[in-house]
Formats: sequence, structure tokens, C-alpha cells
Amino acid sequence: MNKNTTEIIKLKLAKRYAKEKRFKLYGISAIAVSIAFLLSLLINISVTGLPAFQQTYINIEVDIDSKLLKLDSQYSEQELFRANYSKVVKQSLKAMFPGVKGRKQKRALRQLVSKSAIYQLRDFVIDNPSVIDTKQSLWFLARDDVDVFMKGGIDRSLPESDRRLKDFQLVWVDKLLSENRLEKRFNVSFFTEDDSREPEQAGIKGAMIGSLLTMLVTMLLSFPIGVSTAIYLEEFAPKNNKWVDLIEININNLAAVPSIVFGLLGLAVFIGLFGVPRSVPLIGGLVLTLMTLPTIIITSRAALKAVPPSIREAALALGASRVQTTFHHVVPAAMPGILTGTIIGMAQALGETAPLLMIGMVAFIADVPQGITDPSTVLPVQIYLWSDSPERAFTERTSAAIMVLLGFLIVMNFLAVIMRKKFEKKW
Amino acid sequence: MNFGVIITALLVLLLLGYFIGRKRSVTLSKERSQKLHSLPQYYGYLIAFWSSVPALFILLFWAALESSFITSAIVTQLPMHLQQLSVDEIGLFINEIINLSNSALIVEDEVKRQAVSRYNELIEFSASIKSAVVFILAFVSMFVALSFIKPEMKARNLVERLIRWAMIGCASIAVLTTIGIIFSVIFESIIFFKTVNVFDFLFGTHWSPQEAIREDQIGGSGSFGALPLFVGTLLISFIALVIAVPLGLMSAIYLSEYSSPGFRSFAKPVLEMLAGIPTVVYGFFAALTVAPFIRDLGESLNLSLSSESALAAGIVMGVMIIPFVSSLSDDVISAVPQSMCDGSYAMGATKSETIKQVIIPAALPGIVSGVLLAASRAIGETMIVVMAAGLSANLTFNPLEAVTTVTVQMVTLLTGDQEFDSAKTLAAFALGLGLFLTTLVLNIISLYVVRKYREQYE
Amino acid sequence: MIDIEKREEFDIEIDKTVGKPFIDDAKFSTRNVDVFYDDKQAIFDANIDIGKNQIIAMIGPSGCGKSTFLRCLNRMNDTIQGCHISGDIKLDNEDIYHKHQDPVLLRARVGMVFQKPNPFPKSIYDNVAYGAKLHGLASNKIELDELVEKSLIRAGLFKEVKDSLHKPGTGLSGGQQQRLCIARTIAIDPEVILMDEPTSALDPIATAVIEELMIDLSKKYTIAIVTHSMQQAARVSQRTAYFHMGHLVEVNDTNTVFTNPEHQLTENYITGRFG
Ligand SMILES: Nc1ncnc2c1ncn2[C@@H]1O[C@H](COP(=O)(O)OP(=O)(O)OP(=O)(O)O)[C@@H](O)[C@H]1O
Ligand SMILES: [Mg+2]
Repeated sequence: MNKNTTEIIKLKLAKRYAKEKRFKLYGISAIAVSIAFLLSLLINISVTGLPAFQQTYINIEVDIDSKLLKLDSQYSEQELFRANYSKVVKQSLKAMFPGVKGRKQKRALRQLVSKSAIYQLRDFVIDNPSVIDTKQSLWFLARDDVDVFMKGGIDRSLPESDRRLKDFQLVWVDKLLSENRLEKRFNVSFFTEDDSREPEQAGIKGAMIGSLLTMLVTMLLSFPIGVSTAIYLEEFAPKNNKWVDLIEININNLAAVPSIVFGLLGLAVFIGLFGVPRSVPLIGGLVLTLMTLPTIIITSRAALKAVPPSIREAALALGASRVQTTFHHVVPAAMPGILTGTIIGMAQALGETAPLLMIGMVAFIADVPQGITDPSTVLPVQIYLWSDSPERAFTERTSAAIMVLLGFLIVMNFLAVIMRKKFEKKW
Repeated sequence: MNFGVIITALLVLLLLGYFIGRKRSVTLSKERSQKLHSLPQYYGYLIAFWSSVPALFILLFWAALESSFITSAIVTQLPMHLQQLSVDEIGLFINEIINLSNSALIVEDEVKRQAVSRYNELIEFSASIKSAVVFILAFVSMFVALSFIKPEMKARNLVERLIRWAMIGCASIAVLTTIGIIFSVIFESIIFFKTVNVFDFLFGTHWSPQEAIREDQIGGSGSFGALPLFVGTLLISFIALVIAVPLGLMSAIYLSEYSSPGFRSFAKPVLEMLAGIPTVVYGFFAALTVAPFIRDLGESLNLSLSSESALAAGIVMGVMIIPFVSSLSDDVISAVPQSMCDGSYAMGATKSETIKQVIIPAALPGIVSGVLLAASRAIGETMIVVMAAGLSANLTFNPLEAVTTVTVQMVTLLTGDQEFDSAKTLAAFALGLGLFLTTLVLNIISLYVVRKYREQYE
Repeated sequence: MIDIEKREEFDIEIDKTVGKPFIDDAKFSTRNVDVFYDDKQAIFDANIDIGKNQIIAMIGPSGCGKSTFLRCLNRMNDTIQGCHISGDIKLDNEDIYHKHQDPVLLRARVGMVFQKPNPFPKSIYDNVAYGAKLHGLASNKIELDELVEKSLIRAGLFKEVKDSLHKPGTGLSGGQQQRLCIARTIAIDPEVILMDEPTSALDPIATAVIEELMIDLSKKYTIAIVTHSMQQAARVSQRTAYFHMGHLVEVNDTNTVFTNPEHQLTENYITGRFG
């Protein structure tokens, strides 16, 4: 090389290294962008969702007057059940704020507490009939507006017309606060109640049970079917067989079919053809089974492939049949990998929404499903439904439900990671 | 007897069959002092199979068809004026009957009361016939199977053959699923295209399925020009790919070529977390945070943005598919032979020069196929666009405007109370057919490209 | 029998490189070079000079560290994680591992041809123009065309490919590909060319062509070649170095090594009693 060439190269080197640095910077920024997005998503959801784990309660001196309840001295159980508790609550509130005048204000006063106060009071009286004609100091769920205010979601400095709580309502709230009659507590009912139109009463129990039932169906179907398919394709399927090729092509292709299309299948076949009712975990589970099968099959095959051939040969050499070898030696050895794949598939199914919308799991359902043929909803669909509601309190609950869903997913993925670790250790 | 009880009984029968079969084979071999061909449990498995599996199939079959039979039986007994109602109204009526029969309420309406009692009768009748048929079948097949047991019978081979067939059956479900998808979208689509011209559907620019265009239209449904949906889908997917491809590719390059093992073991799972987040969460985030943010940003730049701009949905969808692109790119980049990179380094190339000039060109087919898969993902993605893209079918390429997509319209058309055969639901299936075919073609091309690519380096 | 012989091998002391490792007109000189892959040592205390405009052949049984040593000379080992090098390697009396030494520049000066032909997934033209474009050696298209043509002619490939310069380089035969790799290496006009078993994937005719090429190139370049063929070493090289289990056992004129080896191990190897 003549010195000249070296000089030319040297001249350009600085520029080339600058480019190199820039390129590296692009790479790290790409990762940084993804991580920043993830963080902002998680933080955003947590910040909006965390308040939902607390709920505001109001303390009221309730005068459980039998006259107001319209109860005679002798009353039947039915009469007790149907008594006018709403009036009692109304009167008790009036007694606490004697100055309230006018229709609008009176209604606003009633709306300090949740509608559920009436049922809470009813249950309390039925359980303790001796409280009739006494005064009791009771804690009731506050209305969502009060709750939002307590969590700092309403700005006093805004003009009155822009606030959910008007000036006179703020006066009441302040009074309640000064008397220590407003309190935030852990929101147990979020986990023990079903969906409701009233945000302060809405909980995710129904959706969680719906998800559980749906996952149960999915699991019971997709695990055996997926694993059998994987075993067949990996251990038994003849090479160069047209049917086997067709199966493999189909599996690969199904893995990339949009999930909403599986919903159409469910709608047309299970509901249209077999007339199974809509929005039930059974159908949801069937649809999700078809959707997760490719994942389970592909990962299970990988796990089976990773089992060293020596294990098969050893068993075959001892005179075991192919079936025996497979089920007694190969499958147990591949089990951690298979389970990992199954968990990943289940996690996918747990978060899936679109196909369930297709089969009508979007209806408002206020009852906890009792079985796999009861109408129900699932967590992600509940999130979708709530996200549509304009109330601030529902936004909060949506985020909280997302946190619960993500919590389940994290646990599942954590399990999958542990399984994988265990699997790797083996060979 | 309800479903659960029958299933439990069949399970008990299964266990029973196992023990009977086992016992019988042992006794027989003792009686005839003949050695059993297989271990006794294989005879047990055989009997267990025959004592419950055929009955189980009949049971499932029955359960699948029961409700439609009962419904039609009730309908034929209804007074004429009710029978002439539309399919939808009859469906509602039947639903009411079912609800009434489940509740303890007293029915006042005479017609309904009759229908309810008829329904109850039918259900009871069906249930008793069902359990009778199932159990008779179970016992008959069990005893027939028992009578076949001989010591020289090759029970193990039979069991293994059964297992094999069961596995083939499971494997064939994939094929059945595809067939099911094809048929379910094609049948409804054919009905749809009988009323709406294919050409009008594909190239029509006006989409408003909710409103009738002509007064005299029966069961009035609007116009079905799907072009705005296709354009909207492409626009959002394009934005998503513009985000996801460079970011995903650069992440993969950085992680596989530059990063320290420590950083990789941290960053990779974090990227994978992006893939594990349910799309409904992304949708919520897009609608709640990203869209307002982008709108405010646009306002501060004096741009007029709709609150449901294509941009917000596209960006969030792009982030969602970053891990998808990056893991596929990672695979293909690591498949580029080291010797090729060595050749470049030995020429005095820097790392980035080697990546840009050698690794990426060499991995290009694989990257392209990854991008195709990502595109098919983006086109079929539903929740993000449902929650963040909106419903207005604008024919526009402007990312700042609101657009709608194929999947959004499918959800809109199929949620809510619809009769099953209205033009609206049929339109959803036609859209589904288009979606399925598009993604199918993308997947096939990408699988083909990837296979070619693998062959090149094997 | 073989076992016993092998045990004998271990007993033979490898103390210091025998023969004539050092010469006056050295292009490369290495002193006390140790190479480790993680904890495993692959080269032990290598001391050798490589003469200007000479071909030096490196021989030795598989796994003895020939490639490793060769890759030290243009710092290709930098790209392998966990590879450490200690000692001095000087090119024209400059330490190539000095922290101000630029590996990019070094590799432009010390080219390398690999065992398996590894053309880039580009056209023949772009393969040859690759280095020139990177380093900005040609200021315009005409110069670049000239450079490509000249390099292809020197590599003896031009006649065969002059009508298909824009076809992919991967479409050539193995021997042609290897000459393409040589052409792209000489296109940036290096001072030294390292060749790691350049003909092991080729048939005898292609091998002969490349050997001729090497002899031709050695008029202008310094060449170090690793080979498993002792005939090849004898045909092309002026000096030969024998490696054994990471040790540089013997270096001498090729003639001397093959006719009158000094070290027992060298003799075992060239007489075919080992490996
Ligand atoms: N990247 C690496 N990581 C770890 N060890 C390596 C690596 N490359 C080579 N080695 C080890 O270093 C030693 C020398 O290897 P090297 O490739 O230099 O041998 P060689 O003489 O070129 O053999 P051959 O004639 O088979 O090419 C061997 O024991 C090998 O196992
Ligand atoms: Mg080597």
C-alpha cells in the first residue's frame, strides 16, 4: 500500500466514526423509545388506576324510624324487606343539613350517597331488627362525584358551571369533612361486586369469574388437543404425507390469522349453526381454544424437538413401543417446555378481546355467572365496556381493572419464565 | 338429568370399564390358562374407551342440536300471527319463553303460558330420551366390547391404534378450523353479494350501513362502499409500520450487534413485555392519553386535528408491533453467516458499515417477510382502532383526520342486537372475508420468502 | 500404538522456537504473543518475523492455533467476545495493538482471505468496489471502474466475468468466488494479505490458479498463508512456520523445514507420523 492510500483513509476516518456513533445512537434510541413508551403506559395506567383501590364512605346518623319505614308494630319478613328505606336515608340526610331548600338541592343532597345505601341499610335492618326506632351512625358508599372530589379530581378554583360539584354541594362536603364524616377506605367492593351502571358500585368480580370460566374451557380443550397435535406431528407423522403437510401449513397460517376472524367463526358456526346462546364462557372458550392452539402446538413441538434422541433410542432399545416411548419418556421430558408454551398461550387468551366482542360478550351483565353456559363477560371486555363510559370514576376503574389484568399476566409470564429456566437446566 | 350429571356418570362408567376390562382379561387368561397378549391394563383401556367415548359423542351431538329442534317445535305450535313474525322477533319471543320457564313467575298471557309449558315438556322429554339413549349406548357398547375380549387379542396394538387416531383427529382440527373460517365467511358473503354488487362494495366510496338510502327499501340498509374502510385500514397500518419497522429493526440490530450481554438480558424482556400487553390496554391508552396528547400537540402547532385521528391509533399500534418486528429481525440477522461479516470487517469496514452494507442486504428477504407479517398483524388489529380510531368513514390519506377501518366496522356491525341475516351483519362477514384473504396472502408470501431465505443459508 | 506415539509427543519439550524465526527485513514482528479465549490459552509465547514481499506458510495440525495467530495480525480477534491478546505485534515497527492504532485502518492495510469464499450479497462489481467505496479511494465513477477492472485482472478473474459484472457475486463457482474475494482484498491495495486455507474448498485446478496468483502477488505484497497442504506450502512459500498446540515450534526457510527439520515434532508432522 502506498502511503497515499493510507493518508486518504485516515482523512475520512473521523467522519466514518462519527457515522458509526450516530448509528449506535439510533439503535439505543430505538430501544429507549420503546422502553419510554412502556413506562409511560404503565405509569399512566397506575396513576389513573391506583385511586380506584380506595373508595370514599360517608357517615350518616340514621334515624331508623318505623313510621318512616311504614312498618306497623307487627310486620312480616316480606314487609321488612319492602320497607321504605329510601325515605329513611333521605330524612337522615335532611336532618344533618337542615337548611336545604328546593327540589334541585334536595335531590343533590340525596345524591351524596350511593344508591346502594338503601340496600345496605335494608340488609343491616333485616340482620338486626332491634335497631328499628333507634339512631345509628352508619357508613355508606359515597356517590362517585364525592369520591372523585375526595381523590382530588375536582378543582375548586374552576367556575361553578364547569364543576361536577356545585358550590352548595362543596359546602356540604366541607361540613362532612370537618365532622370527620368522610373517609377513604380500601375498595373491597371493587373485587366483590359485579358490574353496575353506577361507577361507585361497579366491581370486577363478575368479569373475573367470567374470565376464569372462559380460561378453564380454553385450558381444558387447548392443552390436550394442542399437545396431542404436537406429539403427533413431531413423533408419529409420516414424512412427505400430503395430509400432514396440509396440517402444518394450516397451523402456521392460523397462527397469523387476525383474532377477530376467529370471532366470526365462532359467531357463524357455534352460534349461527348450533344455536348455542351468545356471550357465554363456553363459546368464548371454544373460540379462544382455536385461537391459542397454534401457539401451543408450535411451542410444544419445539419442546419435543429439544428432547435428545438418545432418550428415544434408549427406550426403544429396551423394547418399548413407539407409543410407550413417547408417552413414558419423551413427553415427560418435554413437559416443562410444553407447559411454558401453554401458559404463554393462556396469557394471550386471557388478554384477548376482539373475538369475544364478535360472539356478543359485550352485553351488560350484572350477575355473576354460575357456569359455563351463563351469560358473562370477561376482564378485557369489561375494560372495553368501562372505557366507553364518560364518568371520571369509570376511567379510574378501567385503569384499575387493567392493573388487575396485567397483574394476572405478569404472574403467568413469571411462571412461564420459571418453567423455562427449569427446562434449560435439564440439558 | 342435566348435562353435568350425565358427564359425571360417564366418567364413572369409564373408570368402571377400565377395572372390568382388566379383571375380565385376567380371569379369562386364568380360565383358559392362556397367556395374555398384552398387559391387563390395555384391556382395561379398551373397555373404558368403548364404555364412555361413543356415548359422550352422542351426548355432545345431542346437546348441540337440541335447542334448535326445540325452538322449531315450539314455533310450529304457535298461533299463526306469531309464526309470521320476522326471524328476529321470533328469536326474541323464544328467548322470553326460555327466561319465563327458568323463572318462577306466573305467566299471565295465555299464548305464552302454553308455550312455556310446551317448552318445559319438550326439555324434560329431550332430557329423559337423551339420558336413556346415552346410557343404553354406553352399556351396549361396553358389553359388546367385553364379549370381544380374548387373551390372544392384541389389546396394546388396538389401544395404540386408538391413540394414534385420536392424535390425528386432534391434528386435523387445524384444518377444520381453516375450513370453518372459510365457509363461515364465504356463505354469508355470498348472500351479501346477492344484494350488494361486488364492484360497488370494493370501489364504492360511500359507507353508511346504518341509514336507508331509498325510502321504499325493505329492511332498509344503507350503502356499502367499503373503499374508505380499506383506505383507512391501509393508512393506519402504514403509520404503524412507519413506526414499528425502523424502531424494531434498530432495536434488534442494537441488541444483537452492539449491546453488552447485561443490557440485552434487561432490554429484551422489556421489549417482549410490549408484546404481552393486551391490545385492549393499548386501545385504552391510545384513547385516553395518546390521542389527546397528539391533539394538543397539533393545536399548539396550529394544525386542526380530530380527537380520533388516524395518527394516534397508528402510533400506538406501531409500538405494539415493535417487539414483533424486532424478534423476527433478530432471528434473520443472527442467521446471516458470521463469515460474511468477517469478510467485511477484514476489509476495514466499521460495524455500522458492515451492518448497513452486508448484514441488512443479506437479511433483507427475512426482514421483508417479517414486515409482511407485521403488516398482516396491523391490518387485522382490532381493539386499538375500535377504541382510538373512530367510526367516521372518511376517504382520506390525511393522518390527522379521523378514519375508520375494516375491523372497526366489523365490530360495530356485529355488536348490538342484530338479526343474523340483515345486510349489516352480512356486510361484516364480507369485510371478514376480505380481511382473511388479505392476511392469508400476506402470510403465504412471507412464509414462502422466509423458506427461500432459510434455504439460502443452509 | 497411536496412543503411545501421542504420549511421546507430550514428552517432547517445546521450549523455544527453533530455526530462524527472526530476520532483518521484517514487515511484521511478534514478540511474546499469548492469546486466550476466555480462560483457555490458544497461543503460547509466539515470536516470529514475517518478511517483506515474502510468502510465509503456517502449517500444523488442526486446532493448533494457526487461524488464531493469523487473526491477531489484523485484529480480527477483536470481533470475538472473550478473546484477549498480550505481547507485542509490530507492523512496520508500529505496535498494532497500541491504543491509538485504529483497527479499521489496520485492516485496510492488512487484508484477509478466508477459508470459505465469502462474497457479499452484492454484484461482482460492488463486491470489488466495496472497500474502495468505504474508504473513499476513488473520487469518481471512472476511477472506480478502473480500479475494479484492474483488481479483477490482477486476481485473474476479469476475463471470466467481464460480461456479468452486475450479476450477484454469490452466483460464481467456488474458485471464482475465492478469486473475487482476493480481488476485493487487493482493490484497496493492502500491504499484507493474510490467507486462511484459501484453497481448502477448491478443486486442484482452481487451487493451481490461486497459487499462481499468490506467487504473482507476492512481488508486491507480503503474504501469510495458513495451509494444511504441505505441497502447497512447499510450492508457494519462502518460509514456513510450524505450530503445535498453540506453540510456535519451528520457523525456517521452507526448504529447510521440509528437507531438514530441526525439531522432532516438525519432523513427525511432515513425515506424516502425526495428525
Ligand atoms: N471463537 C473461539 N472461542 C473459543 N475458542 C476458540 C475460538 N476459536 C478457536 N478456538 C480454540 O482455539 C484453538 C485454536 O483454534 P484455531 O482455529 O486457531 O485452530 P487452527 O489451527 O486454525 O485449526 P484448523 O486447522 O482446524 O483451522 C482451538 O483449540 C479452538 O478450539
Ligand atoms: Mg483454522
